[in-house]
Amino acid sequence: MELKPDILHALRSDFPILAEKVGSKALVYFDNAATTQKPRCVVEKISEGYYRFNANIHRGVHHLSRLATEAHEAARRRAASFLNAARPEEIIFTRGTTEAINLLAFSFGEAYCRPGDEIVITEMEHHANIVPWQMLCERKGLTLRVIPIRDDGSLNLEAAAALLNERSRLLAVTHVSNVLGTINPIVELVRMAHDAGAAVLVDGAQAVAHLTVDVQALDVDFYTFSSHKVYGPTGIGILYGKAQWLDALPPYQGGGEMISKVSFEQTTYNEIPFKFEAGTPDYIGSTALAEALRYLQDFGIKRAAAHEDALLRYATEAMEAEIPNLRIFGKAPQKSAVLSFLIGKLHPYDLGMLLDSQGFALRSGHHCAQPLMQRLGLEGCLRASFAFYNSREEIDQFIPALKKALPLLDG
Amino acid sequence: MTIDEIQNQIIGEFEIFDDWMDRYSLLIDLGKDLAPLPETEKTPQNLIEGCQSRVWLSARYENGRILFQAESDALLVKGIVALLIRIFSGQSPDDIINADLRFVEAIGLSSHLSPTRSNGLLAMIRQMKYYAMAFKAKEK
Repeated sequence: MELKPDILHALRSDFPILAEKVGSKALVYFDNAATTQKPRCVVEKISEGYYRFNANIHRGVHHLSRLATEAHEAARRRAASFLNAARPEEIIFTRGTTEAINLLAFSFGEAYCRPGDEIVITEMEHHANIVPWQMLCERKGLTLRVIPIRDDGSLNLEAAAALLNERSRLLAVTHVSNVLGTINPIVELVRMAHDAGAAVLVDGAQAVAHLTVDVQALDVDFYTFSSHKVYGPTGIGILYGKAQWLDALPPYQGGGEMISKVSFEQTTYNEIPFKFEAGTPDYIGSTALAEALRYLQDFGIKRAAAHEDALLRYATEAMEAEIPNLRIFGKAPQKSAVLSFLIGKLHPYDLGMLLDSQGFALRSGHHCAQPLMQRLGLEGCLRASFAFYNSREEIDQFIPALKKALPLLDG
Repeated sequence: MTIDEIQNQIIGEFEIFDDWMDRYSLLIDLGKDLAPLPETEKTPQNLIEGCQSRVWLSARYENGRILFQAESDALLVKGIVALLIRIFSGQSPDDIINADLRFVEAIGLSSHLSPTRSNGLLAMIRQMKYYAMAFKAKEK
């Protein structure tokens, strides 16, 4: 269900950048799967942090350090409740999804992987959920197995069942595809993986702004997302891990904060979550992320998602009705607000640039998912991705802009 | 014409248009008019891989002048490629090495040449200059 105009208007006014112009044209921002815009309260939280409670955390006995420590740990509690983690210590702050996956590939690989073991991923993964596993496979002599997709963009679950076996150590799968929009059946995948004795990491980068995530209900072992894709600041993200896993895994980076006792002969490590947070953490970023999560939760994720779903349906129908030779990639029954497409033989770069000159921000290219592009037989495509602040009016402006670009590129 | 004279000519052709769509439309027409690169020249050696689009560039040296041929799979990139060919093809290695491509900024194409655009154009210009240096060195 779409948001009412007055509610949408008020929502948009929380995001000052949406009033920006591109040259003389109004900005229409359809690149939310790449990064989301920030509400004023998040930006203000960052300046408030630097103006009012900037001090290094967990060490100083002084007032400011206590304030900063409390803000950072409150942010951890907020993230824990956002994902419905059982305990705040199960939340580790990272620089983002990419670092979280690298952390896990290292620590999990060191502790649990032996030559001949297998890591299972899917054909629709982002490079961030492919390359760290390839690096691990090379380092440890493991084999990477890939679950194929069906033509509609959904995951081939029979193939998944066949691929998961006693050699599988970990299944790394995206919750929502950044190209196809496919929402993967995590509960089912987790059951299959656990039956085979494999742990599960879910890449939630494209999911958390659009779905309510309950890591306990999903029974995932690890879950990760980036702050900047859920209306928070860049440079920070979350790795959730079940406490028994995190306790068992060796640390990723060494340094301050992550230690218990250091001598030149031996160092003992701190407890979770600090064991995985070497160095001064981004306590300004964490508090701003917590503010973004609060903002989204107060608005209502289900309400946001219902609006985005309505926009996706509206845009899909309008484009199919009005744009000739349109090909949409990703038609899974369970789909998030991502619309990837090509028109005839037109190059996505050309279309992207002509749309840019009319104020529309879309992503063009391979979307950091080259293996998926190969599966689809593409060099690249265009992607419109919606957030809860997008409107039906913007889609109504988008179709004519697209139509204006087509004759220029034809023939 | 010298590199500078051609640049002035190009700037003049683009200045007529205020609207970005019109400028792109001109660029697209220039791209469509660009002589296609023979398939035999579309070799891996001649390929300059961008993140979003690809450019092929070949060069030969005749009577102290470098003759360039190039193509791209994206029309807008092809248009810029056509401009670069018009400016550099037929010039001497020294003139190419020392050229300052001020037309890019003057007609508002800088955004296409920013490293983040990853369309292979920046790499193409670099490659054209490398060719000039290589031909110059060979001659000595």
